[in-house]
Amino acid sequence: MLVGQQQRLQEDIREIVAQHGHDRSALIPVLQELQKRHTTVSDFAMQVVADELGIHPAEVYGVTSFYAFLRQPTKGRFVFRLCRTISCELGGKSRVARQLENDLGIAFGETTGDGRFGLEWASCLGMCDQGPALLVNDRVYTRVTPEQVHQIIDECKSTFGAHARQAAHS
Amino acid sequence: MIQVNSKKTPFTFDSIEPESGLRAALGMSRADIIGEVSACALRGRGGAGFPTGTKWNLAAAARVKPGGAKYVVCNADEGEPGTFKDRVLLAEHADMVFEGMTIGARAIGAPHGILYLRSEYVYLRPHLESVLARRRSENLLGKDIGGVAGFTFDIHIHMGAGAYVCGEETALIESLEGYRGEPRNRPPFPVDTGFQGQPTVVNNVETFAWVVCILSRSASWFKAIGTKTSTGYKLLSVSGDCREPGVYEVPLGISVAELLAKVGGEGAKAVQIGGASGHCVPASEFGRKIAFEDASTGGSIIVFGPGRDMLAVARNFMEFFVEESCGQCTPCRAGNTKLLEGVEMLERGECSMSYLQELLALGETMQLASKCGLGQSSPNAFVSIVKHFKDEIMGRTLAN
Ligand SMILES: Cc1cc2nc3c(=O)[nH]c(=O)nc-3n(C[C@H](O)[C@H](O)[C@H](O)COP(=O)(O)O)c2cc1C
Ligand code: SF4
Repeated sequence: MLVGQQQRLQEDIREIVAQHGHDRSALIPVLQELQKRHTTVSDFAMQVVADELGIHPAEVYGVTSFYAFLRQPTKGRFVFRLCRTISCELGGKSRVARQLENDLGIAFGETTGDGRFGLEWASCLGMCDQGPALLVNDRVYTRVTPEQVHQIIDECKSTFGAHARQAAHS
Repeated sequence: MIQVNSKKTPFTFDSIEPESGLRAALGMSRADIIGEVSACALRGRGGAGFPTGTKWNLAAAARVKPGGAKYVVCNADEGEPGTFKDRVLLAEHADMVFEGMTIGARAIGAPHGILYLRSEYVYLRPHLESVLARRRSENLLGKDIGGVAGFTFDIHIHMGAGAYVCGEETALIESLEGYRGEPRNRPPFPVDTGFQGQPTVVNNVETFAWVVCILSRSASWFKAIGTKTSTGYKLLSVSGDCREPGVYEVPLGISVAELLAKVGGEGAKAVQIGGASGHCVPASEFGRKIAFEDASTGGSIIVFGPGRDMLAVARNFMEFFVEESCGQCTPCRAGNTKLLEGVEMLERGECSMSYLQELLALGETMQLASKCGLGQSSPNAFVSIVKHFKDEIMGRTLAN
């Protein structure tokens, strides 16, 4: 990372910590906000967070790696999380999964080369009466069919312009 | 897009006058509030079924450590596979949930409330924040609530980060404090040593909503519904092979067969009651009652139609537990992996009866020796499917 970028990240983290406070209980909210702004929590970022909260970086790593939504293996601006739990399985999630892989051109656990899309599994999304369910960042899609996958991806692409950051998190 | 309304029956909550429960509570002594909640024999709606009045009584009596205060925490982690009734409550009856938390705060003397909301439900947050803001402006939260001098209480929202085990109350508290969501040894219990070491009541979303109804109507009204040891109504989240999946309000004690008739699931082969951590009930036992003393559930009901492969069901549940075990203790961490491997052997038709018996014995060990409810209940689905569907799962050839 360039020094300028590092500095900006550092300032960003200080700003987030100032908002949430320096208490240990602020750690997860801080990491969540950081991830929202930067799509991932880098090793360098973990170090800065640790310094700001006065804890060891290993503690920050321990927490980040524990939670599925923090340790996410992918780094896309749009993270696709397909529910793999039983009701969505009964509802036909396997074919939606296959079509997601086809239309995004990546496997589960991967990020597209342009950094736009990540594809992951999720445990029960709580949409069991309307499965298969798919969470794209903060947005939930229900009763997803294989043929709709392409349309959902297009919706993301159309918001990935000048207002991408805002749209991605709304 | 999101279709919030999964309601399939009217809810009692629809017919309760807003704030009537809180108003009643403000005119009562703390002991009387807890007395009502105890008298109606309300048991927690999150799954474990602990008597709510007893929990509140313990927290009310617990001493605050210097420099701190008590907490009321609403558990909106709703991670049990097949459960979504708390989502519907938060979307449609948020005021009632917050009203119930406020009554709890009054009862135990807590100035702080926290809603622990699973990250999968982050899209509900703006709505919930706006309800909280309105309640503050209406003096239903904040200082001197409802004009009662000295009654101060406010609620803030804390997001989860994708971990089923954080629904377990001590793991939830670890998570609130900024740690890995690893369950604690109990005792001490949260009512004595909870968030930040202070007396803390943790209750399910639905439990708080029922408290409002009980104070608004009466303990005797609630107690007249249900069975002797499982009083009142319960919300059930129904999914799987039925014509009308969704959320149903039913009296506890309803039989599985009666429920299936309501939801259009007649002809089912089996029903999973209580989610991944619950039990699989075969058609021959559909006369069983949905109640704490019989087929117990925090709300999850998953219907399996005649064509379903029960081994595939067992695999899905075991994969869930392998993924969600926090890994802190060996029976759960290693046991779930072993059971999943067992399912794979059964799929390949390579599991001997004696090895299957060993796996069932392992299940028993996990139930006894695991540290928290996750490991203790994770073998249930596997064990009950093996018990009832041996015919279907033994001696497979790869063709079937
Ligand atoms: C692995 C595990 C997950 C749990 N998940 C939840 C949950 O999502 N929501 C909930 O209310 N209770 C959950 N519980 C039960 C809680 O530990 C606790 O008993 C409950 O929140 C108490 O509230 P209640 O008495 O109102 O039900 C879970 C328990 C275990 C062992
Ligand atoms: S039983 Fe499982 S989830 Fe519970 S503490 Fe042990 S390893 Fe963790």
